[in-house]
Amino acid sequence: MMTLKVNGRDHQIDADPDTPLLYVLRDDLELNAAKFGCGLGQCGACTVIVDGKAVLSCVTPLLLLDGKQVTTLEGLGSIEAPAPIQRAFMEEQAAQCGYCIAGMMMRAQALLQKNPKPSDDEIRAELEPHLCRCGTHMRILRAVHRASRLMDTAEASPAGNGSGR
Amino acid sequence: MTKPGIIGSAVAALLIGGTVAAFAIAWRPAIAAIDSPPPQSFGRALVKRGRDLAAIGNCAECHTVRGGKSFAGGLPVPTPFGTIFSSNITPDAETGIGRWSEAAFRRAMRSGVDRDGQHLYPTFPYDHFTNVTDEDDRALYAFLMTREPVRATARVNQLSFPLDQRFVIAGWKLLFLRRGTWQPDAAQSAEWNRGAYLVEGLAHCGACHTPRNALGAERASAPFAGGDVDNWHAYAINGQSPSPVPWDADALFAYLRDGWHPDHGVARGPMAQVVSNMSSVPDIDIRAIATFMAGVFGAPTPDRKRRGDEVLAQVKLAPVQASNTNAEGAAIYAAACATCHETNRPLPYGGVNLALSTAISGPDARNTANIVLSGVRPVEGERSPIMPGFANSMNDGQISALLNYLRSRFSNRPAWPGIEKTVGMARRTQTVLLQTSAGPNNAPADTTQRDKP
Repeated sequence: MMTLKVNGRDHQIDADPDTPLLYVLRDDLELNAAKFGCGLGQCGACTVIVDGKAVLSCVTPLLLLDGKQVTTLEGLGSIEAPAPIQRAFMEEQAAQCGYCIAGMMMRAQALLQKNPKPSDDEIRAELEPHLCRCGTHMRILRAVHRASRLMDTAEASPAGNGSGR
Repeated sequence: MTKPGIIGSAVAALLIGGTVAAFAIAWRPAIAAIDSPPPQSFGRALVKRGRDLAAIGNCAECHTVRGGKSFAGGLPVPTPFGTIFSSNITPDAETGIGRWSEAAFRRAMRSGVDRDGQHLYPTFPYDHFTNVTDEDDRALYAFLMTREPVRATARVNQLSFPLDQRFVIAGWKLLFLRRGTWQPDAAQSAEWNRGAYLVEGLAHCGACHTPRNALGAERASAPFAGGDVDNWHAYAINGQSPSPVPWDADALFAYLRDGWHPDHGVARGPMAQVVSNMSSVPDIDIRAIATFMAGVFGAPTPDRKRRGDEVLAQVKLAPVQASNTNAEGAAIYAAACATCHETNRPLPYGGVNLALSTAISGPDARNTANIVLSGVRPVEGERSPIMPGFANSMNDGQISALLNYLRSRFSNRPAWPGIEKTVGMARRTQTVLLQTSAGPNNAPADTTQRDKP
């Protein structure tokens, strides 16, 4: 058994220490925002935030998470009260099939926490590890800029300390 | 004349003589500025040849910075003496080489002096380029003078006194710049000689792969014995090569041609750009380089050959679990690495079996640490190998545990000393290359582009 802190709560997890975080999130905790894409850390769909940084959960074994704060998209906001990053993606209609979007939002969130006013180039460079096959890249870029503006007025969801939900 | 007077005169004479001699050594005249020759004045075939030569010379890697235009300079090159910024070699009249004549260009290549007569720092590897023929310099000049002119002023180097004084370089040249370090060898084939000319000259392989002395010059006594560049280790590419499977001419050709080899893995770090540039070079020159370098590596000793065969046989078998002395490293490897590195998906898109990795059998852990932290960036707009970086998910202790495990399981060499320090250093520097280099995407790997000027 190990204790895993996700979205501000402690969970007792009964799994091998080399189990990827993604499996625990989806199968044990039923937090399904992070997606299984390639399972090899090459597509970005499984991205979550660990201690304020974007991490590929499919290649992150549990044993690396001792004492760390995990934040998933569910931890940023809800349907009733979406976080700025979620509102921005909805308002820009940045999702088509939506499979990559949770991962995109998590890395964009981590970027905005570190750099509240990123340039186009900085967003592109940061989101480079994420694949989107629908091709909504231009809307995603706009959504990240919109989220940056929304965060000026709303309080950014503090994913760093995991006390979202 | 009194005795002190004689001594005084002698000292004065020596000083004057010394100054005159120093002036003669250090002073170089300016070469008259010209009006930029129009691009049409260069023949298409000449420009195309210059393009291939520039790719062999890897000019774009140092003379391009991320976010900047090709050949417009500005890349910070860290050296033990300070940081040197690469110059603008586009034909811009004010900030580039637009007003340089071919003679001025050739002088820079041959003896490291710019058009104004200033000595250039040997970060520009004229100790190799001095071997380039007039004919090849002409083609390189034609290629560069037909690029898009870019206005970009060179940044000021960060060097402390006296190294910021360019006359000091004249002394360095006196000690270390040797003309004609390469001479054809009539006993060898034309292909070998072509390879030797390229390797010792334009390709300047030794600039990274040969260790340097305290004054920053390549050690003539240890050619290709392994060097350091920007917190990366450039492996020995002679008989001391740490590669688990010995290299031969065919493997070298395939690796330089495609950027990877099934028995050795994928080029990454500074070498990724070298092979990316090479992709536009004709087979015949790559074959020549491979032939010459195979001779430098030499035939493997029976022991090395046996070890190579064992490793190749071992990677085909089911994985063997190593002893459980490093449970943390083993678990990290199983969960984060083995999914790519042990599934036998073919290279270059699958991960190489780490028993074949030169990095893990290498003399220090820097390259492995750099790659684990930063991964392998994909080439923009192309199918290419990719590996995620783990800087965000592993702390230094965890990466050290992993590296220790990899070393003990996948090499037959002793543990790396001071591994936590190496990892900490790699994380702090994140290597200038990874932050500022334009990345391996300058030369079109697309073969249909190869005939374009």
